[in-house]
Amino acid sequence: MKRGIGHRVRELKVTLWTLIVPPTLWAAHFLFSYLWAAISCEKVGYFARFPITFAVGTGLALVLIVASGLIAWAQTRTPGTPAPHDGGTDIDRLRFIAYSTMLLAGLSFVAVVFTAIPVMLIGDCR
Amino acid sequence: MTAPPLDDVALDHTAQNDPAVRTAQEDRLRAVWKPPAGLFLRWSDVNNNRVGIWYTLTAFVFMLFAGVLALVMRAQLAVPDNDLVSANTFNQLFTLHGSMMMFLFAVPMFEAVSIILLPQLLGARDLPFPRLSAFGYWSFLIGGVFVGGSIFFNVAPDGGWFMYPPLTTRTDLSGLGADIWMLGLSFIEVSSVAAAVELIVGVLKCRPPGMRLNLMPLYAWYILVVAVMILFAFPPLIAGDVLFEMERLLDWPFFDAARGGDPLLWQHLFWIFGHPEVYIIFLPSIALFAMLIPTFSQRHLLGYPWIVLAAVGTAFLSFGLWVHHMFATGLPKISLAFFSAASEAVAIPTGVQIFCFIATLWAGRVIWSTPLLYATGSLAIFVIGGLTGVMVAVAPFDWQAHDTYFIVAHLHYVLLGGTLLPLFGGLYYYWPLVTGKKLSDRLGRIAFWVMFAGANLAFFPMHFSGLMGMPRRVFTYPAELGLGGLNMASTIGAFLFAAGVALVCVDLCLSPTRKKGKRNPWNAGTLEWLAHPEDEDWGIRSVPLIESRYPIWDQPGFVEKVDEGRFFLPDAEEGRRETIVTTVLDARPLQVVRLGTPSFKPMFTAIALGGVFILTTYHLYWAALGCGVTTLAMILWWLWTGTAEIPEKAGKSIGHGLTIPLYISGPSSSGWWAMFITMMADATAFSGLVFGYYFFWTIHPEFPPAGPGMDGPGAFWPMAALALVLAGWAATLVARIIHARGQVSAARGLLAFGILASLASLAAGLAGPWLTDLRPTLHVYPAIVWTLAIWTTAHSGIGAIMQAYALARSLAGRMPPAYDADLHNITVYQHFLALTAIVAYATIGLFPAAA
Repeated sequence: MKRGIGHRVRELKVTLWTLIVPPTLWAAHFLFSYLWAAISCEKVGYFARFPITFAVGTGLALVLIVASGLIAWAQTRTPGTPAPHDGGTDIDRLRFIAYSTMLLAGLSFVAVVFTAIPVMLIGDCR
Repeated sequence: MTAPPLDDVALDHTAQNDPAVRTAQEDRLRAVWKPPAGLFLRWSDVNNNRVGIWYTLTAFVFMLFAGVLALVMRAQLAVPDNDLVSANTFNQLFTLHGSMMMFLFAVPMFEAVSIILLPQLLGARDLPFPRLSAFGYWSFLIGGVFVGGSIFFNVAPDGGWFMYPPLTTRTDLSGLGADIWMLGLSFIEVSSVAAAVELIVGVLKCRPPGMRLNLMPLYAWYILVVAVMILFAFPPLIAGDVLFEMERLLDWPFFDAARGGDPLLWQHLFWIFGHPEVYIIFLPSIALFAMLIPTFSQRHLLGYPWIVLAAVGTAFLSFGLWVHHMFATGLPKISLAFFSAASEAVAIPTGVQIFCFIATLWAGRVIWSTPLLYATGSLAIFVIGGLTGVMVAVAPFDWQAHDTYFIVAHLHYVLLGGTLLPLFGGLYYYWPLVTGKKLSDRLGRIAFWVMFAGANLAFFPMHFSGLMGMPRRVFTYPAELGLGGLNMASTIGAFLFAAGVALVCVDLCLSPTRKKGKRNPWNAGTLEWLAHPEDEDWGIRSVPLIESRYPIWDQPGFVEKVDEGRFFLPDAEEGRRETIVTTVLDARPLQVVRLGTPSFKPMFTAIALGGVFILTTYHLYWAALGCGVTTLAMILWWLWTGTAEIPEKAGKSIGHGLTIPLYISGPSSSGWWAMFITMMADATAFSGLVFGYYFFWTIHPEFPPAGPGMDGPGAFWPMAALALVLAGWAATLVARIIHARGQVSAARGLLAFGILASLASLAAGLAGPWLTDLRPTLHVYPAIVWTLAIWTTAHSGIGAIMQAYALARSLAGRMPPAYDADLHNITVYQHFLALTAIVAYATIGLFPAAA
């Protein structure tokens, strides 16, 4: 059954657009964090320490980034061509984009965590 | 017609065995690509090998000029209480130095170098829109001379390269210089966006058959990433420029706190541009390393996907850094912390690519050539700048260092190590590609060490003078501060650096006296080194089939096969300039595209457009309007005569049994992509304006404010305008669909209806603020509403012109159903127009009630 999922994941279309999914999630989370803080500080005047919206938004972003990274990881293991996977074949091209996507997912994960840390440490509008 | 799979192509060479056949092909290609000659006609050239060189030389001259400005500043600061230049002149010097280095050297230089290199790297005969490159160049030259020359008339901009209001928006505090900056550089931003469109479409659509995304030279990856960054970074500045000039010319109070405006909005818009800008100029220089390091390590670059990670990751993160230039403005600490976090995170991808380079050098057999010396030396300088960058990304440290010479030291380490010295390395590396001659190794090495010593002597002491309290942008300092020695060291260093640059210039000037060298002098593995010392203008003899990242190293007999025309498109039978368009992911051949030929139209269009900006600077509005109309006429003439031409036959053989179309329309064509990309930039500028609206909402307890002249525009007219835009959009979309099915008359009717709907929406969109008597000089609310309404209705007007253009093409018989690229392209515009209208009219019409 597990192999079936892996196979289906590899069938997913891989394009330049899927490459930028993880960093786009980071960007969305970053914008959300910035607007959330700016609007709550300007309009409400304060925000509660570690409020639930922010936690949910961050959790969602991290889950989606991990999911895109896992899909990409499964795709980097598409069998069919010999190492080092830098040739002019469909599979090598797919493995390349998938591998880059996976790396970007890692970077985006770290960057989202970086964005979340200040909220835990600062927690007010001063 | 779908793209044929390349695996089935049997590379059949027999036809090319006959030398007579090859000579005849070469004669035809040579005739087709012959550059226009003669004192005047030569300037009508559009071929990338000429335009790219003009572009590079112009940017280089602007760099030297801006460097001289810096030397004057250093001379002024050499000793305390100096009076070499006045405070006013000093203000002009540092403003122009920064602005020219950024807008007239660093960004255009990347575009210029890419215009030369990219077609070579991609085995294309030229980029897809050669005339657009030429237009970009002429715009750059006119705008650059206008901005740079202003200092000779003592009217150069003097508000700092970031032009902070209210100093620069108040016409009693700042004169013509601020207008020259805004309008002159806006003009150059237009040319930057034009170049970005050209480069993105070039990388995505003009790769040689078989060059899949994973085989693309890393330079092309970087260019793709940087060009996309330009699309998202420059438009917010253009939006800011619009607001800024509205305030200066019409007294609309966007940045005037007394009437509800906020100077911080300008800082946001400027730095949303300004920080990605740093990476826009850094990444292309690093891209040069990614080309020359494998050559001199004599091996493939290690970690190809990691470099792609670094480029894409840096591009994204760089848009989350802008507020770190605003740490001292009193924003909530939590906001600062977000940007501080992103500023630290961006060090990760930046570091990754440097480690890839080091690993490649480590694993290879290194040849210590002059270009590699520049590369490694500049990495050392860049790393020092990177480390101080991590320091100033920490907000409390930045509060201490802000606006001191510490920051000057930091940014010059980054820019010298990350942009200027790599470019000199690239100059030594690629000079043989352009001229067929190597530069002097000896002079190059001496120049490097002089510059390396000069840079460190000039900028390292600034860390200390900054920490000791020396402020930036002040024309002198008292002797009691004890900064004399450090400043003298900086001045000596600056002149030493300039001596190094002068040595490079001497080396360049000696080049014409030297003999031509051999082909591919560095034994590189990538396609651009197919270029022959005896320069041919056709770009590449035949478009190769690519199977490796380093085809010259890895594919047997590669150079001979290219030279003997054994690959694709070895001929120009119909006497037309052509190159191959391929698919985005796998580079399967899609189309043979006919390229623009030499023409004065791009130059005249640039002159007319320049007139709009330059005449507006001097408040000559009627003349500027005349230039605007001329620009429109020029563009329509250019498009009508030069684009979407119906070919004499449906398809063309490119050799090896492949026949591909001469005309395609819709999402696989290069024109569609160009429209899509241009509209992405346009939508980004628009979102900058919308950001302004909501920004004002957040800072005002009551927004919209109550009172006479501020009660509008109501919901009715905006909603009516929106309905009309959507009607025009739907008409265009349906027209495109039924036109493709052959219902030409019905499609024409729909287009005619679309024109009327667009024009009516123009009137309705302006009617809202007009009839409710919103007075834009009174308060920022009416001003921003008017701005959104004018922006959107202007787009409706352009939409109507496009619909009329397509209708006229159809009536003139230039757009039969099988050749409907124009209709596809204007539909893309209409999609974006509909989106703009929905956001704009919902914001101005519905948001006041919701708020």
